[in-house]
Amino acid sequence: MIYFNNVSKIYKDATALLDITFTVEAGEFVSIVGHSGAGKTTLTKMILAEENPTDGTVFFESINVHKLKSKDLTKLRRRIGVVFQDYKLLSNKTAYENIAFAMEAVGKTEEEIASDVPHVLELVDLSHRVSHFPHEMSGGEQQRLAIARAIINQPELIIADEPTGNLDPVNTHEIVQILKKINDLGTTVILTTHNRGVIDSLNKRVITMENGKIIRDTKTSK
Amino acid sequence: MPMTKFKRIIKGGFINFKRGGIVSWAAVLVVTITLCVITLIILFQAVLHFSLDQVENKVDVTVYFTVGAPEDQIQALKTSLEQMPEVASVDYTSADDALALFRTRHENDYPTIQALDEIGENPLGGYLNIKAKQVSEYGDIANFLQSDNVLSLNSASIIDKVDYNQNELVIDRLNTIISNGQKLGFLITLILIIISIIVTFNTIRLTIFISKEEIGVMGLVGASRMHIRGPFMIAGAIYGILATIITLLLFWPATLWLGHNMTAFLGINMYDYYLASFFQIFTILLLSGILLGVISSFLAVRKYLNK
Ligand SMILES: Nc1ncnc2c1ncn2[C@@H]1O[C@H](COP(=O)(O)OP(=O)(O)OP(=O)(O)O)[C@@H](O)[C@H]1O
Ligand SMILES: [Mg+2]
Repeated sequence: MIYFNNVSKIYKDATALLDITFTVEAGEFVSIVGHSGAGKTTLTKMILAEENPTDGTVFFESINVHKLKSKDLTKLRRRIGVVFQDYKLLSNKTAYENIAFAMEAVGKTEEEIASDVPHVLELVDLSHRVSHFPHEMSGGEQQRLAIARAIINQPELIIADEPTGNLDPVNTHEIVQILKKINDLGTTVILTTHNRGVIDSLNKRVITMENGKIIRDTKTSK
Repeated sequence: MPMTKFKRIIKGGFINFKRGGIVSWAAVLVVTITLCVITLIILFQAVLHFSLDQVENKVDVTVYFTVGAPEDQIQALKTSLEQMPEVASVDYTSADDALALFRTRHENDYPTIQALDEIGENPLGGYLNIKAKQVSEYGDIANFLQSDNVLSLNSASIIDKVDYNQNELVIDRLNTIISNGQKLGFLITLILIIISIIVTFNTIRLTIFISKEEIGVMGLVGASRMHIRGPFMIAGAIYGILATIITLLLFWPATLWLGHNMTAFLGINMYDYYLASFFQIFTILLLSGILLGVISSFLAVRKYLNK
């Protein structure tokens, strides 16, 4: 589904990715681990074409992600749900509206929005925060809202960048279970994390990064 | 489906405006100032045109005929003058009318009347009063009166004098003043409007700068350009509509005051003019306001929509 071919990303004074080559098959659950600054977030940015690589190509199925025109890129992004490390919630919109906006983007009807939003907010335990703005929510609540937004449109791929960084163990466990369930239903999941416990409990493929390079890629199967 | 999208964009615009709070009202204020400048220019133009019309109306060219000039030749000249595209009107005062006018004017001047009676016959000739459509066209009319056309009508002999030559200098000067006045007015209008547009554009850009990050995020979650841009453009239109209403409300008491106190000075009752052209002014302001708001928003969002 996703193909990285010799991808490098070099910022002015930092090498974030160096000659990355790997493949993610449809339906896989891949965890990416590594020290802070190893290049995990940069790697996810490549898939969304949030930034262009300095070198190499990234394919989503047969699409060269960085060759897309803006219209087609928009279409591609609708197929991917992302939990950003820094949440990237719409600060001017309530929890409800944040989810509704993502649904509007893919062209859902008012009825679908009215029935699905409360549902997903309940799933991430935010029913009591429907009309709160992001700045009126705790870090963990914001993070769960970001997760709700990422999964609401049942995307083909979910990229979760450190989605449990601000959550307590109970919440972390719940979120991981949700991601696992979504994956069981056929969605591809890419998860980055620092949390050893999460990786152990998942028992799935783990890619380890260091200084912008992949140093280990262990495919564990149950 | 397009209807739903449209509704969402409109609703989004109102929400943007409402949540913008003081920033939205700052934008309304700036657009209002621009619209006030436009209204002032419209009113100023009215005063300018009215004064120029007044002055222009005072200018004319008179052709004096010799005493006893035959009526049919005078009528022929009058007809050919009336056919000139430059001529607005031709007034004929016959010799008899001229005499009657002279008598009424000197009613109480006994010696003059007596002298007139003593002559026995009418010492006055008739005359034609010609008004041109534009002040600049009097030269052409005077040229025509001296040209072969007129001679071929055999009327050269009947023309005693044309007073254009005496007035030529005044008319020329007036002409320069009017055309310079219009040019200057146009230039000032242009400069003022450009400045207002730049200020408004930058203010609206600032209001959108606040949402810079959100615009990027919207793109990342797969929103189309129109879905992102639309609400900002609607908010821009709301600035324009509110500014129009405020401007119209402000100018109501202002022109009322001008009408009460300055009509003599301006030569025109501003309040009457404002009411008479209300619909026209309303349309100009509304269109300018909405266009300004929408286009500024459109351009401002475009800057943050890179991919
Ligand atoms: N926009 C940028 N400009 C310059 N350097 C950058 C930029 N973004 C990232 N970097 C650098 O690239 C490297 C990789 O960053 P990245 O965010 O991918 O790390 P990470 O693995 O996600 O770290 P963390 O676990 O802390 O989130 C870092 O050294 C970082 O300083
Ligand atoms: Mg990161």
